[in-house]
Amino acid sequence: MKYMLLIYGPQRDREPTPEEWAEAMPKWEAYTSELRNRGAYVDAAPLAGVNTATTVRVRNGKRLVTDGPFAESKEYLGGYYVVEAPTIDGALEAAAMCPGAQTGSIEVRPIVAV
Amino acid sequence: MSQSDAGAVERVARGFREDAGRTVAALARALGDIELAEDALQDAYLTALERWPRLGFPARPSAWIFTAARNRAIDRLRHERLGREKLRRLAALEPPADVVDDAPEDDAMSAVPDDRLGLIFACCHPALGIEARIALTLRTLAGLTTEEIADAFLVPHATMAQRLVRVKRKIRETAIPFDVPPAERLPERLDDVCTVLYLIFNEGYTASAGDQLVRRDLCDEAIRLGRVLATLMPQEPEVMGLLALMLYHDSRREARVAPDGSMIVLAEQDRARWNRAKIAEADEWLRRAARHNAPGPYQLQATIAWAHVAPPSADEVDWRGVAELYRILEKMTPSPIVALNRAVAIGFADGPAAGLAALDALPREELGDYHHYHVARADALAKLGRDAEARDAYQAALARTQNAAEQNYLRAKIELTSV
Repeated sequence: MKYMLLIYGPQRDREPTPEEWAEAMPKWEAYTSELRNRGAYVDAAPLAGVNTATTVRVRNGKRLVTDGPFAESKEYLGGYYVVEAPTIDGALEAAAMCPGAQTGSIEVRPIVAV
Repeated sequence: MSQSDAGAVERVARGFREDAGRTVAALARALGDIELAEDALQDAYLTALERWPRLGFPARPSAWIFTAARNRAIDRLRHERLGREKLRRLAALEPPADVVDDAPEDDAMSAVPDDRLGLIFACCHPALGIEARIALTLRTLAGLTTEEIADAFLVPHATMAQRLVRVKRKIRETAIPFDVPPAERLPERLDDVCTVLYLIFNEGYTASAGDQLVRRDLCDEAIRLGRVLATLMPQEPEVMGLLALMLYHDSRREARVAPDGSMIVLAEQDRARWNRAKIAEADEWLRRAARHNAPGPYQLQATIAWAHVAPPSADEVDWRGVAELYRILEKMTPSPIVALNRAVAIGFADGPAAGLAALDALPREELGDYHHYHVARADALAKLGRDAEARDAYQAALARTQNAAEQNYLRAKIELTSV
């Protein structure tokens, strides 16, 4: 089964500095390669900051475009991983290993096969 | 319905209830789906109700039910790709398969794999909400009806039905495993299971609301499941400790409630009314647990319960020993409630003045809403002859409990301190 790990974290008031990137990246790279080694990795991507978010709705055929995320919140989606696991326990294991779990929250959701 | 029909229905129901846990477990594990397993079992049950009175009672009713349920599940799975709605229509069109002909009578219950352990871990999975875990455990493992569970937790039947449907869907859709967790996860997962059983027991023992002090069914089911767990996991001392703890509490069940339904506190209970068989069983589990030489919170709590039950009279309880056990327990699992119990034990060991001092040293902001805290202070104050303060404390306790039996007990205390 495939699960998506949605990585939520507090909103940043600024982009990370090059030093912060340099410190954070090896952790994420190590995490990704650990998932690959376990045969659990399917896909992943970070998202640009929530300040870049634009929300679109279509109502009565009319397109509504607004600045900002669809809902105000304390924690925002910052990126995702898709992992393969036989049961939810494997996905929870992967979520607990994720660097994002140390500072934010990881929401684990099964991906529905259609 | 004739007399013999009613008897047949009752016999079916009994067979269904006794082995339902094992049958659902085996089917659910194979299917990864409790809902489908229960539906298949329900079908088998209905088929039995229809057939047994006409064609005779099988030699091994539980095995018959299991085989029939398994056949129904296979049937359903074969048609699964057609979609559930179509399947339902098909089932309504065709008469149910004649399971009497193909259900082998020698397929005894002993041949059914005991998958209840896997089911216990699935029902108590941390990905499920705690209320859902409790409800599902009672429904699936204890075989209580949705209505019984709803009544026990004072929620509308429809709410409970919805809660059960949602949790079963989550198990299926998120692929919650029906397995014993790997060794490195076992302690925390086993703790989750013990928590669910103990919450069920406590809900039965001191109903958080309502008129009945003891809701027997819940206590009985928690103990029954505890025995199942202890039998299936014979190397886990904390499971034995939990079982011993529940048995010690339960042994005092009859003595705890007066004929008029009011509550009798431990020290005033008639020890002759304690259930000696349950105490002996608890002693045995606690002894077995001790052999593993791995103490844990449940074993400690059971030992504390033993310290209350073992002496021939309430005056002979070793309160210093009890206070020490609470001290160790507090170190293991820090909690204001445990600290409160330790302070109460100190009061009995060293007198009400020492007890009150220990109580007043506790963090009031954490315990202020807990009625037992106010009861303990009130008892100490009353013993010290400070009746006005005691009355205020009993009043504070009264305002913080919804249990009718406890409310009556506290009203009596308030009257006593008012003269």
